[in-house]
Amino acid sequence: MALLDYFSRKKEKQVSTASKAKERLQIIVAHERNSRHKQPDYLPQLTEDILKVLRKYIKVSDESFSINLDKKDGDLNVLELNIELHDEQAS
Amino acid sequence: MARIIVVTSGKGGVGKTTSSAAIGLGLALKGHKVVLIDFDIGLRNLDLIMGCERRVVYDFVNVINGEASLNQALIKDKRVSSLSILPASQTRDKDALTKESVGKVLDELSQSYDYIICDSPAGIEAGAMMALYFADEAIVTTNPEVSSVRDSDRILGMLASRSRRAEQGLEPIKEHLLLTRYSPKRVAEGEMLSVEDVEDILSIPLLGVIPESQAVLKASNAGEPVILDTESDAGQAYQDVIERLLGETVDFRFLVAEKKGIFSRMFGG
Repeated sequence: MALLDYFSRKKEKQVSTASKAKERLQIIVAHERNSRHKQPDYLPQLTEDILKVLRKYIKVSDESFSINLDKKDGDLNVLELNIELHDEQAS
Repeated sequence: MARIIVVTSGKGGVGKTTSSAAIGLGLALKGHKVVLIDFDIGLRNLDLIMGCERRVVYDFVNVINGEASLNQALIKDKRVSSLSILPASQTRDKDALTKESVGKVLDELSQSYDYIICDSPAGIEAGAMMALYFADEAIVTTNPEVSSVRDSDRILGMLASRSRRAEQGLEPIKEHLLLTRYSPKRVAEGEMLSVEDVEDILSIPLLGVIPESQAVLKASNAGEPVILDTESDAGQAYQDVIERLLGETVDFRFLVAEKKGIFSRMFGG
């Protein structure tokens, strides 16, 4: 039986520590890379202010509004606003 | 114009200075004019690894402050005449270096050398940023171990955002992965990240794999860069790194554990 044990144990070998390390690294590195391209600190406040101004004139739901600050190649930064207007407001 | 290469890592103790010394000497042995600069202001060590610690008179900071000329500060290697070493200051702190003054020194060196190898201090503070700022290429020295790999990724981020090339919108720094202290046996046993694992995570081209080797400590004991130990596995692996830096395609060696033959098993060979 010991001999059989020996072979079966080999088959159901535990997950190696190296593969655990790889998995953990992939997750943390991906996470840290994302936060590297982090939006500037003022963006949430800016978003709120813009929405406030817009809502003086039109109805804008949170879902129909998006804001994005993108770094294009070189030193060009693009602030992109997307506002979905509904028919009734457009007329 | 010289190729400016920074040897960097983020984490300390992974083999930056050992690699700088081996690569600098290896390139010089190929007939290139090479200068090795120690950027670790306050913790000078490249001089020890190169075996020229008793010949340091002036240092990098003396040159920056105009207290000595470059020629006075540069130490000519006794083994290879085309290699010079610019030691770090042992007494000043990292704030002694400014971009402007370092840029001027590198410009001057660029006139007369083919390769400028910058041995970076550990960390991501001023000293490390200064070492990588002017680089054309970066050798990211990494151990197959979680904290080293993570720190290397962080340094890759810095190379892409905080270097001169990034700031001026030039072609990005050419990145190379140098995996050091690699133990094929432990990789085979699932105890160590493999070359492929690290390549997967960092996704930069592989320049070399240096096996964990007793030759490295022997080399630093003696002040003779390990590349001079042509019999050793680490020495040979650095030799391959030189060939690749010079554009040759060389197969990777020392990636699989040596199988012990029945005789060496029996007689402990």
